[in-house]
Amino acid sequence: MPLRLQLTGITKRFPGVLANDNVTFSVKPGEIHALLGENGAGKSTLVKMIYGIMQPDAGEIAWDGEPVVVASPKAARKLGVGMVFQHFSLFEALTVLENIALGMDAKIPARELEARIRAVMSQYGLLLDPHRTVATLSVGERQRIEIVRALLLDPKLLIMDEPTSVLTPQEVEQLFTVLRTLAAQGCSILYISHKLHEIKALCDTATILRGGRLVDTCDPKQETSRSMAEKMIGAGLKDIVRQPGRSMGLPKLVVSRLSTRKAGHFDVAVDSVSLTVRAGEIFGIAGVAGNGQNALLDALSGEIISDDKDAITIDGYPLGLLDTTGRRKYGLCAVPEERNGHAAVGDFTLSDNSVLTARDRLGMVVLGLINSGAAKTYTGKVIADFAVKALGPGSTAGSLSGGNLQKYIMGREILQKPSVLVVSQPTWGVDAGAAAAIHQALVDLAAAGSAIVVISQDLDELLALCDTLAVINLGRLSGARPVGEVSVEEIGLLMGGVHGTTEARDAVSA
Amino acid sequence: MDIYIAIIVTLVGAASPILIAALGELVVEKAGVLNLGVEGMMLVGAIAGFAGQYYTGNPYFALLCGAFAGAATSLIFGFLTLSLSANQTATGLALTIFGTGFSALAGAPFSARPIELMRPLFPLELATHPILRVIFGYAAPVYFSFIMVFAVWYFLKKTRAGLILRAVGENDLSAHSIGYSVIGVRYAAVLFGGAMAGIAGACFPLLLTPQWAERMTAGRGWIAVALVVFASWRPFRLLAGAYLFGLVMTMELYAKAGGGPLSVIPSELWAALPYLATIVVLVLISIRRDASSNAPACLGRPFLPSN
Repeated sequence: MPLRLQLTGITKRFPGVLANDNVTFSVKPGEIHALLGENGAGKSTLVKMIYGIMQPDAGEIAWDGEPVVVASPKAARKLGVGMVFQHFSLFEALTVLENIALGMDAKIPARELEARIRAVMSQYGLLLDPHRTVATLSVGERQRIEIVRALLLDPKLLIMDEPTSVLTPQEVEQLFTVLRTLAAQGCSILYISHKLHEIKALCDTATILRGGRLVDTCDPKQETSRSMAEKMIGAGLKDIVRQPGRSMGLPKLVVSRLSTRKAGHFDVAVDSVSLTVRAGEIFGIAGVAGNGQNALLDALSGEIISDDKDAITIDGYPLGLLDTTGRRKYGLCAVPEERNGHAAVGDFTLSDNSVLTARDRLGMVVLGLINSGAAKTYTGKVIADFAVKALGPGSTAGSLSGGNLQKYIMGREILQKPSVLVVSQPTWGVDAGAAAAIHQALVDLAAAGSAIVVISQDLDELLALCDTLAVINLGRLSGARPVGEVSVEEIGLLMGGVHGTTEARDAVSA
Repeated sequence: MDIYIAIIVTLVGAASPILIAALGELVVEKAGVLNLGVEGMMLVGAIAGFAGQYYTGNPYFALLCGAFAGAATSLIFGFLTLSLSANQTATGLALTIFGTGFSALAGAPFSARPIELMRPLFPLELATHPILRVIFGYAAPVYFSFIMVFAVWYFLKKTRAGLILRAVGENDLSAHSIGYSVIGVRYAAVLFGGAMAGIAGACFPLLLTPQWAERMTAGRGWIAVALVVFASWRPFRLLAGAYLFGLVMTMELYAKAGGGPLSVIPSELWAALPYLATIVVLVLISIRRDASSNAPACLGRPFLPSN
């Protein structure tokens, strides 16, 4: 059988960058092939050429053994290439059916299309009501629309661009089932990701790119996550360095019976959460997405103000009634999960974004006037210390890639030397090298005596990073346990929904 | 009885140009473009229609002149906002000022030269009975406005082209990435809106006052823009809204003429009512979230695919 897709010597040059340099690899029919690399390694550019969005400067693409020129996405779809983008191109005010109809090249009567959509949905267990408006759907459901849209064209190659970065673990499992079914039917899948454990679980082959060049093609089941990560970043992966003989100080952040009210129909409120974080301690909060993590972060940062002044204290000083600005003054800084639009303003420069959260702590505003020199200097320091790839403090936040923006935001808060730092998903969508740098910075901040709370869905991250771990489920927090004494199975049990502090404690000790 | 018939006939005449212009603007806004130059395009359409009627005496040709003139004016707006990504609000306001001035200049030679009004579409014998007059007593643009309500609804709701137009107004970047020409669709919508505004403008000399008067559309273009929001971008609500506004404007005329109980309320207040009603409705819509969510998400935002 001929190879489904064969790339030979593909080269693509942009002004100032060689995005792809002589890349050669192939995908067999029915194979799940991972395309692995850090941000900026050239994965997206390569895929855009396969899908006809861009044309290679040199090299050849062969499809089922025949050399082809993929002139446009339409031509790609005609060949049998389907693509599910990382950022969905959906229309919120339109229905599922209308969205899918817009993505079809052929004009199909609405009734016939609906019948075909229902057939594909039931075949792969991708259940959705075609007449629902997209605005009412969750992220996972929206992704299903994109997948159904691609599957309606009977693709022979399906390209998935970082599909799991927005999904809950259950949704990831469902997606993998669909992809395995597809592959078993002979559809090749090109799976772009930098989540190594997913690639190990799903893929047959992995092609690793670094700096636009192909580094290695390997069998991910034979490799370790570490060996693949090292190929990706081209150097030994740095372990988190901890100072030996470190001991915790006195309790710094004390939260007692903190609750929030349900803000909307789909909101999960925080229900009587208590925790104590000592100076020098990193306190991890695990849990499946949508179990009250957002409300907890807002309640800690001051976006939701408590009724009880003693619900949150730092060194015994009550902060419960203060807003974010007030809490920042007392040393509590926070990084929310959503980078663009919540942690940073996309249209503002990095320098202005620094003013937004560091103005009081670092004296960037004098008599109501912004001291732009101080803001620029500070932002330049963040860019340098956290290796943020940006032109300078004058670049807009929106122009940075996700991983670089996250490095900037983490750096902006960490360099303020907060006495308490609360972060949500610190390395979400960030490549391995950058993630290691962020982890090290958090550990160093803790070593300097700060108390840190890390809310994350990535259990591996929490186990590597934290001293103490608790699990949030339906807005309630389990008892805290030292990381060394708790097993992954026990945490999994708590994440799965053993509710309440006392029950949870029983479950862990049982 | 006769007074009610007269009121209905007057209000239909007053409402139809607003309805035609508003239907055009609805399609433009559904494509994500906010053209505030409706008043200006209507005035250019009015003078073109007037000149067409003056020289040929063929009212259908005159309406066509209005449509072309309105479309040509909208092309200026389209070029500035779509090709050059200029600010739509500012460009629309400028277009109204341009249209006001241009129509005054072009209309100066025609002052005090009356034209013939457009005759009813159906033979006069059909409209002798008062009730039948309510149905058959109007000139062609009135029936055109009804047909266009259905046509616009059908186009937006039932056709693929309408779906693409809504998609462009909802999320221009996604539509672009799927492979639709955002700028092309928006040009087509803007031209359609211009032609409709031009026809609406031509209705003023052809149906209402058979003489050229500067600013003869008297702010009706602005009411058309407000009506689109008032109707939350739905053609049939637009029909209801246009007739409601038409009724209030007719009341104003009767109040001015000093007719009975209506004159208790000063005519100036009647004149202000449509605008007051618009403000009230806008407030109500912004309170009711689901209604305002019908607004095209990209309304008034320039399309910049590079970002």
